[in-house]
Amino acid sequence: MSTPQPPMPQTAAPNWQAAPGSSYPTYTSPIPVVRTHLGHALASEWTKIRSVRSTMWTLGVFVLLVVGIGLAAAALVAANSSGAGLSEENPLSFGFFGLLLGSMCIITLGVLTTASEYGTGMIRTTMTACPTRGRVLAAKAIVFFAVAFVVTLASVLLVALADVAMLDAREPSGEEWLKGTVGISLYIALLGLLSLVVGSIIRHSAGAITIMIGVLLAPLVIALFMFSQSLEDLQRALFEYSIPNQLSVFYEQSLSETGPSGWDPLWIMLVVTAAAFAGAYALLEQRDV
Amino acid sequence: MIEAVGLTKRYGDKTAVYNLSFQVRPGAVTGFLGPNGSGKSTTMRMILGLDNPTAGNVTIGGYPYRKLPNAPRQVGALLDAKAVHGGRAARSHLLSLAQLSGIPARRVDEVLGVVGLQDVARKRSKGFSLGMGQRLGIAAALLGDPQVLLFDEPVNGLDPEGILWVRNLMKSLAAEGRTVFVSSHLMSEMALTADHLIVIGRGQLLADMSVKDFIAANSAGFARVRTPDTEPQLREKLAGALTEAGGHVLPEQDGALRVTGLPLPRISDIAHDSDVRLWELSPHQASLEEAYMRMTQGAVDYRSTTDQKAGLMQQLPPGAQPPMPVPGQGQPGWYAPPPPEQGGQGPYGAPGAPAATPGAGVPNPYAAQAPQAPQPPAQPPAAPPQAPAQPPAAPATASAPAAPTKPEDAR
Repeated sequence: MSTPQPPMPQTAAPNWQAAPGSSYPTYTSPIPVVRTHLGHALASEWTKIRSVRSTMWTLGVFVLLVVGIGLAAAALVAANSSGAGLSEENPLSFGFFGLLLGSMCIITLGVLTTASEYGTGMIRTTMTACPTRGRVLAAKAIVFFAVAFVVTLASVLLVALADVAMLDAREPSGEEWLKGTVGISLYIALLGLLSLVVGSIIRHSAGAITIMIGVLLAPLVIALFMFSQSLEDLQRALFEYSIPNQLSVFYEQSLSETGPSGWDPLWIMLVVTAAAFAGAYALLEQRDV
Repeated sequence: MIEAVGLTKRYGDKTAVYNLSFQVRPGAVTGFLGPNGSGKSTTMRMILGLDNPTAGNVTIGGYPYRKLPNAPRQVGALLDAKAVHGGRAARSHLLSLAQLSGIPARRVDEVLGVVGLQDVARKRSKGFSLGMGQRLGIAAALLGDPQVLLFDEPVNGLDPEGILWVRNLMKSLAAEGRTVFVSSHLMSEMALTADHLIVIGRGQLLADMSVKDFIAANSAGFARVRTPDTEPQLREKLAGALTEAGGHVLPEQDGALRVTGLPLPRISDIAHDSDVRLWELSPHQASLEEAYMRMTQGAVDYRSTTDQKAGLMQQLPPGAQPPMPVPGQGQPGWYAPPPPEQGGQGPYGAPGAPAATPGAGVPNPYAAQAPQAPQPPAQPPAAPPQAPAQPPAAPATASAPAAPTKPEDAR
């Protein structure tokens, strides 16, 4: 037992009596010790996210809403259109309604990924197993983002292909394809990531979900009731930067001519989420679990 | 090896833990005792780096927990049984922890076997009983085969067989040279399991000594003296004489006297000299449980009172006897010291009291307590029949200085 012991400050506590000898018995585990890194945390979070039913439920409902409403909208339009009216339209844009409703599911799953650990007390077990708290948050973010992106992309792609096949609208350009599938999926996944981060800050599932649904819908609803002339600028900004309008920008269907266009919504969401993530990270390191 | 130095934690203006210093050695089970709300769990959380101390620090093997390399392989902890996502199967829960700590997955099945949960491994932990939840928590603590183990109330909700298992598990873990730190509010449990005790109350250290020393220092015996029930004045007379001779007298609820500080023959002599017949004179050894209760009584935050049902009773017909409260309601009062705001002389009740050093210089709280309120104020509504004897007895004993009983606490 002559292994070099880590330095132990000998500030003998007042009540310390009769230490038997200088070296203590030690126990060495036969299981090899591995230096842990982010990869371990990713594997752990992947196990966690797929082993709870809420993941299956929220993602199942999400796919149902996006695909169901997307196909239903396309079928309805295809049945009622006279042919000439649609020729100028981007056929991908009919996926919008399903995605708007479905985003609530992604928000819920994002919040639950972090906040449910606080609700159940699991977070104390997790943080004991991994005292590098930031690593846990990063792993959660990466795993959730990947899951949300893949599921959204698959659903959106399905709806987009069906729309193009069913409607005799114009052929979407390459950039429109990219924005209407990958772009919007990235945006939805980022929205979910923002929810995850808010869940980590609020640490309460219901509270965080309420906040995120408010962020999603409140600007539009508030703007609807701003009749006053003096508030016109504010009303327009609320309209243009509301999340539903940002979503529609991906289909070139913005409510107004000004405001975000092209890929702007994605950058806006990226900046907001990054800022929130930095805040959550700082809070996580400081706060008591 | 866990070492805390001047550990303090405040939540707002409430101090949960104040200036706590102790060491937990490897190779022994160290019991961590204290009443509800005394700061045990807070201390545990600070050891694990979950809560940041307001002042002071605590290290494991020389490092603060959050700077400990391979922390989950060095320290395992059971904090609370239900710190688990209820919707996740037991095995998935442990697997996620194993992956997080870089532990091979087959270890999960091993620990499930160790705690006896292999048959419900794929069931969601929401449906687990309290005891099964405890077993799952213990499995999580054992997962990394760590050198330091912390258990917060591990026997809560376990069946007798499970309690025995936990007891033996801790002893065997300690025998392997590991550090085992177990919190509990059950002295009787710790007396069987622990080798060393750390007792806290209201967030402050009350004792840090081996179980053997604790028993020697705190479970001082007493003599039970009973005078004829028919002549209460004899009891009063004897109490006065015993107090004069340097004894410490406390009336018991059934009318007997509890005497400390005098050997049995001396009590008999005094009784003889003062012409009091005795119906009983018997030696008693206070249990460890009682010793612990006495030590922590000043630090108990939540104390139950007698259920008086005031104002809810039917009006009694004139001349009827009010019903006697059933003895045993509320918490026992005969070792209750004056509440801190009344006298404040309880050695542990006053904030900022010096931490107790084992055996030396600490007035035995039992011997030093002022014997007011032997019958708690819960009783007056229904005066018990032996009441006439009570009031004179109290002033007689109260007039005696507590100092002469000092020798009592010299182990």
